[in-house]
Amino acid sequence: MSVTEQTVHPTADVHPIDHLLRADRLPHILCPGCGIGIVIHSYAQAIAESGMPENDHVCVSGIGCSGRAAGYVNVDSYHTTHGRALPFALGIAVHKPDLNVTVISGDGDLTAIGGNHLIHAARRNANLNVICINNFNYGMTGGQVGPTTPIGARGSTAPRGTTERPFNLPYLAKATGAVFVARWTILHVREFQQAILRSMQKKGFCFIEVLAPCPTSFGRANKIGDGLHEMEIYRERCRIEHGASNFEDLDIDLIDDKKSITVGNFVDIEREAFLS
Amino acid sequence: MPDNTAAKTAQPGAAARVLSGTHFMLGDHACAEGALAAGVDFFAGYPITPSTEIAEHLARRLPDVGGRFVQMEDELGSMAAIIGASAAGARSLTATSGPGFSLMMESIGLAAMMEIPCVVANVQRASPSTGLPTMVGQSDILQARWGSHGDYGVIAYCPESPQECFDLTVRAFNAADQYRVPVFILMDEVVGHMAERVVIPDATDVPFVPRKGPESAPDGDPFYCYAADEDLVPRIAHAGDGYKVHMTGLTHDERGYPALDAETHDQLINRLVDKIRMNAADIEMHDEIDLDDAETVVISLGCTARSARHAVNEARADGISCGFLRLITVWPFPEKRIRELVAKGNVKRFVVPEINLGQLRREVERLTQLPVLRLNHAGGAMPEPEKILELIRI
Amino acid sequence: MRTEVRFSGVGGQGIVLAGRLLGKAAALFDGKHAVCTQSYGPEARGGASRADVVISDAPVDYPFVRDTDVLVVFFQEAYAKFQPSLKPGSMLILESDLVQHVDGEENYFGLPATRIAGELGSQLATNVVMLGYLIGKTNIVSRESAEESIRATVKESAVDLDLQALAAGIQRAKDDEA
Repeated sequence: MSVTEQTVHPTADVHPIDHLLRADRLPHILCPGCGIGIVIHSYAQAIAESGMPENDHVCVSGIGCSGRAAGYVNVDSYHTTHGRALPFALGIAVHKPDLNVTVISGDGDLTAIGGNHLIHAARRNANLNVICINNFNYGMTGGQVGPTTPIGARGSTAPRGTTERPFNLPYLAKATGAVFVARWTILHVREFQQAILRSMQKKGFCFIEVLAPCPTSFGRANKIGDGLHEMEIYRERCRIEHGASNFEDLDIDLIDDKKSITVGNFVDIEREAFLS
Repeated sequence: MPDNTAAKTAQPGAAARVLSGTHFMLGDHACAEGALAAGVDFFAGYPITPSTEIAEHLARRLPDVGGRFVQMEDELGSMAAIIGASAAGARSLTATSGPGFSLMMESIGLAAMMEIPCVVANVQRASPSTGLPTMVGQSDILQARWGSHGDYGVIAYCPESPQECFDLTVRAFNAADQYRVPVFILMDEVVGHMAERVVIPDATDVPFVPRKGPESAPDGDPFYCYAADEDLVPRIAHAGDGYKVHMTGLTHDERGYPALDAETHDQLINRLVDKIRMNAADIEMHDEIDLDDAETVVISLGCTARSARHAVNEARADGISCGFLRLITVWPFPEKRIRELVAKGNVKRFVVPEINLGQLRREVERLTQLPVLRLNHAGGAMPEPEKILELIRI
Repeated sequence: MRTEVRFSGVGGQGIVLAGRLLGKAAALFDGKHAVCTQSYGPEARGGASRADVVISDAPVDYPFVRDTDVLVVFFQEAYAKFQPSLKPGSMLILESDLVQHVDGEENYFGLPATRIAGELGSQLATNVVMLGYLIGKTNIVSRESAEESIRATVKESAVDLDLQALAAGIQRAKDDEA
């Protein structure tokens, strides 16, 4: 049963990408207003549009709410330990270079505990697509601050607001060697899906940061309200700038409502991919 | 006539995977050649003394036979990478020493929980911490068994010579695939850095035990990658095979889906331990010298076994009733054999020399009320035969 | 019968290769048992270097040299370090241009191996000249086995030089006998 046939003959109870989700695992564990579901949907949609055999897609994730993504997509999927999604995925991609391996994980998993693997996977240009869901905190464990939490934002481990400077992830990915770097939010569904599709088509290390609300933890601690409210922040303050002229301007200050948030496809270059 | 020319006659681009012939070879290189003979597809590692020769050898040899070599950023990544490659069907290996072994413990638990086969060579050096990087130790014996958090079963081989570094590495790959477990080759610096004769058989004589794959086609009956057979080992499908497997370090059901309840957890973890325990008779290996009538039994492994064997033979030549039990697998531990020896009644005491402060002795003491005499050195030197002989004579 | 040979010198003199060549000759081509171990670590270049070879008719259990039967010394510091461990009756072979020995040393032999190797074309073959001398003096392995060992070990471009170096060492030992 191909996607096309489904599109031509839609039925009321079958969604065109239903078969790309593990329906027997639903309902999912995600909170109302959480952005991760839209990321999973966008990944499934990109698989459907990729034109590649579904069996060639592999999803690897680490630990945390975002790390659960691998558990809901109906492709070969691996839910690894905290921080190790990238080297695990590298092992798959190097052994079977024809597979299209996508890592979906959170900001804490990929950039704190897994930060060393991130910079080295980018440096060696491992043939991986990375979707880094940035919700600015550790959501699953109750809203601790992390390496992406904006200065001044509160979390359970920074009750007076964090004083540490957060990572500017597109800048980091570019500097360490990624061949495709993008940032979108889950409000920008179409652009985000196209970015995933682009990363699937490219050989080498592709890094997409996607901003997503965590109303239960980050939102509540920082008076952002529900997920819809954060989506409004995205709509009001996001500014699209493909090819970003100055990567230092890509810092995010979610708390200061006068500051804009730059999104777009920032890097798209060619460089020989690692053992692929 | 011994043939040592296999490596030199191999044509560029047609390198031999199995270097059949007789060689004078370092233990570390013999381990690497054992891996190649066993069909290793993927190596990921981080340089660390005294295991680095394994990585260097494979960096040169593996790409020539169609495999992949990756030098990772650290041992955390190395271990995760070999599990990932194995999840995609590779026979995969990493090599390290104590400090790296400690870092690998996290993902060794993942391999045990996901039941993804992999092989780790640990060339032990004097520890803890950085210790004596270039000098011998045997102090990772208990870490190999208990190092990652939680309960799980493992297999660990302890070669005493370069020949066994080859033979047991082949065996390690087969055991990993047969039981879907992480398997350790617990070498030590002396064995790893010693050159000795190594006979590599013809490729057709290298034993090969494949993984059990699905019985149905991808679009046939549903495939459950954690539904165990009678041997308690489930069948495995790999990334790209079309079975759409899900594997997780979380407690999971037969489909691999997270199942976060106490009952599932208890069943799963018991099976992970039992699949080694129930098959221990097939896995466990040891060597014996004259145990039938021995009053003193020396138990040892790795390089220390070489001194112990010498001491036992000297003692017997002097008319002392003495036997030798050399552990080839330390895990599973030869509990059955030791209990038999104790039950027979002729054994009066055990002697356990080792390069640590009593890790092996502890296991022996667990199985007997008889005296267990110890000869311990914290590391840096292997015990001399005379020291062991003195203990036997007491 | 267990024979223990220790090669010692400074990193870069080919000490470890000399040990491997001897061990391989014994274990692969002379039908004996042999183990080679070596010093390891930062001394690989420029510091004291050591290779121990134990050759025996029976399997070698304890792999290290303890009662040196033959000490082959390439460098002064190594002489100072290992000479005191010699037992009565041990044989001592020195690179006589590089090592000054104490007077009255028993069972002592010296040869300018570096110079001999240089005359053959490269000082890189010093280690094999020393090995040849050792073999000429002791017959610890046969000349043919040593030649096989060289052919099976060194780079093709170095085989001829090393075979010449071996022959020169053996000849020097014979000349000393005369």
